[in-house]
Amino acid sequence: MTDSAGRARVRRGRIRRWADDGTNDKNSQQEFKWLKRGTSMTRKQWLLSGFVAFTCLASTAAVSGPIENYSPVTAQRLENPEPGNWMLYRRTYDGHGYSPLDQINASNVKNLTPVWTFATGVVEGHEAPPIVNNGVMFVATPMGQVIALNAKTGDEYWRYKRQLPDDLFQLHPTSRGVGLWEDKLYLATTDDHVVALDAKTGKVVWDTKVQDYKKGQYMTLMPLIVEGKVIVGGSGGEFGVRGYVAAYDAKDGKELWRTYTIPGEGEPGHDTWQGDDWKNGGGSAWMTGNYDKETKTIYWGVGNAAPWPGETHPGDNLYTSSVLALDPNTGKIKTYHQYHQNDSWDWDEVEAPMLIDLQRDGRNIKSLVHPGRDAIFWVLERTPTKINYVAGWPFVSTDVWKGIEPESGKPIVDPAHKPVIGKRVEFCPSLWGGKDWPSAAYSQKTGLVYVPANENFCGGFTGEKVALKPGELWLGTKPEDIGLKTKPGADHFGELQAWDPATGKKVWQHNFPKSQLFGSVTATAGDLVFVGGTNDRNFRAFHAKTGELLWEQKTNSGIMGMPVSYEIDGTQYIAIQSGWGVDAQRIQDALATNNIGIEANVPQGGVIWVFALKK
Amino acid sequence: MLVFSEGDKEGKLITAADVPAGGPPVHAWPKDPNTSVVRSASRLNEILIIKLDPAELDEKTRARAVDGIIAYSAICSHAGCPVTAWVKSDAGDKEVFKCMCHNSEFDPREGAQVVFGPAPRRLAALPLALVDGSLSVAGNFIGKVGGAQPG
Repeated sequence: MTDSAGRARVRRGRIRRWADDGTNDKNSQQEFKWLKRGTSMTRKQWLLSGFVAFTCLASTAAVSGPIENYSPVTAQRLENPEPGNWMLYRRTYDGHGYSPLDQINASNVKNLTPVWTFATGVVEGHEAPPIVNNGVMFVATPMGQVIALNAKTGDEYWRYKRQLPDDLFQLHPTSRGVGLWEDKLYLATTDDHVVALDAKTGKVVWDTKVQDYKKGQYMTLMPLIVEGKVIVGGSGGEFGVRGYVAAYDAKDGKELWRTYTIPGEGEPGHDTWQGDDWKNGGGSAWMTGNYDKETKTIYWGVGNAAPWPGETHPGDNLYTSSVLALDPNTGKIKTYHQYHQNDSWDWDEVEAPMLIDLQRDGRNIKSLVHPGRDAIFWVLERTPTKINYVAGWPFVSTDVWKGIEPESGKPIVDPAHKPVIGKRVEFCPSLWGGKDWPSAAYSQKTGLVYVPANENFCGGFTGEKVALKPGELWLGTKPEDIGLKTKPGADHFGELQAWDPATGKKVWQHNFPKSQLFGSVTATAGDLVFVGGTNDRNFRAFHAKTGELLWEQKTNSGIMGMPVSYEIDGTQYIAIQSGWGVDAQRIQDALATNNIGIEANVPQGGVIWVFALKK
Repeated sequence: MLVFSEGDKEGKLITAADVPAGGPPVHAWPKDPNTSVVRSASRLNEILIIKLDPAELDEKTRARAVDGIIAYSAICSHAGCPVTAWVKSDAGDKEVFKCMCHNSEFDPREGAQVVFGPAPRRLAALPLALVDGSLSVAGNFIGKVGGAQPG
């Protein structure tokens, strides 16, 4: 028996024991409900019967019973999802983050009201979109949980809780969701496994080790599912890993291919590195890719070079801070585009570009649109064999770039704001960039791109040469030296921006005077843009055409995750996880320490919220 | 016995003179004096050793100190990250232990209690003794080593 299979067996055993003891909240709640429905057993009796039930059944799914009539997920359903479902990270393979539902719209959104909520029971950053397939919702939370719920009622079907190793430390304790294929779900874990769960019961079907968490290799992304392949990318750019994208057979977890984001000896692009720098050069790939179903090409974003100061790894450093075009069957790199060379600012470009058909300069362009962490709004053209630079402009103020070379699309760096060894260098925007991983959205109806941006933040650090120790932070600076400063006289920080990618014009902008904006954006056909992301814990809806704030709801915690929309029995719902943590919290700590009047207390703890119109 | 876990003296025995007064802390592994095995296989064994003015220590902490030298687990009680920094607190004027993963701060003068950040409890303390000029472990950890939730 393989190591991973052995682990799977051990874990199932643990879950069984966990259910047996009958003391966890979920079991108690379920028992309590059951009791309320009219039985009159004594406490002792129902504890006993609960014990027997849990002993006989092999999984926690026993509590509510497995999901009946589950709709298997097929290639056809992922390529053309029903309007009422949200089965991919951004709902569709083109990465738009757009729902065609319009029952909730700009004229009635003021009547949006909570329908049900559900506590996840854990703290830290809840970054996953609630994934919905024909009335069943799957929610991934920090600490390796997946919760299956009735999306209409909020009743729990089952909960999977991974037993993470005691010696694991999580710099980014989060998950961005579960992928779906046929009757299974796929979770990428912070201890660097891919786990397949039975969608109906939550039972582990297979469990494959990807790399070694003890070396700082971990995963937080939602797997991309393409035609029976579970495709993931590794985190760990801050630990000196060599990034990769890898595919597993959805049936049995067998690794099908692995493509490193940093070319090895003899591979094209290897000469953009010197010596052995490539072996630990970073290029993590910790966000879900998008997919062009016409050309069968995956577009996958690649992170920063490691360690941070470019002086420690001279060269362009392919394919860091790039987008890769990959063949889903082989993992072969078809082509690429590097957004910026010799990264020195921790500017991951891991959010995959959106695939948008544009009319620009009098011609039709099959574009890739990417508002970058490097503060540049990128418009590229994708062809079957190449990615061409079309246009780029700063969407927040930056002192790092002096311009962009018109032919190659390479940004021209100002050396005064590029970190080096032995001297403190300041740069704007901060290392969290113009926009970090929280996703932008594109509305097919308005033709606008909605960007969760941050303005008036600058950063800086003193680069230093440090020897790599596997599993330890390797930033090329002292972590305590990393700064976040606000510009003097700044009257706001977060910006929700609406851009026309065809013209490069900003159509509207909403400013947040006392908060960063650190949450994914979703657009709907009801002319609405939904976003959380602020330290006042609000969830908001804006008019997609004008930017007018139409609705807001204070939630339990801050929101970092992605809003989704779905439909059941003719009712449209909006769902979001509220649960502050990770980088939103880090920015918060820096902001609250240095600025008076900024909210310092954003309580942690995850809750799933579901909204619909008041009946 | 205790040995350096990092730096030029990695693996060498730590003497009282090796611990600079007023910080920063020395990072250490325990070493079994009978088998000479350095207990470095689990990162949960890493220890912070710091020397402070005994007058600054609270009563309980002073009782565990040897010549102002005190030791704590290097594992943050929040998400299990290593506590690496010795910096001025976000919540006061004193220098404190800080975990750079999520900004939790611990004051070693007061039993490493949490003074800032998401950590739910103090770092586990390790009683010390001096044996022939070298530091050694005088008892079990006081408190729990590791993060609040698994991982």
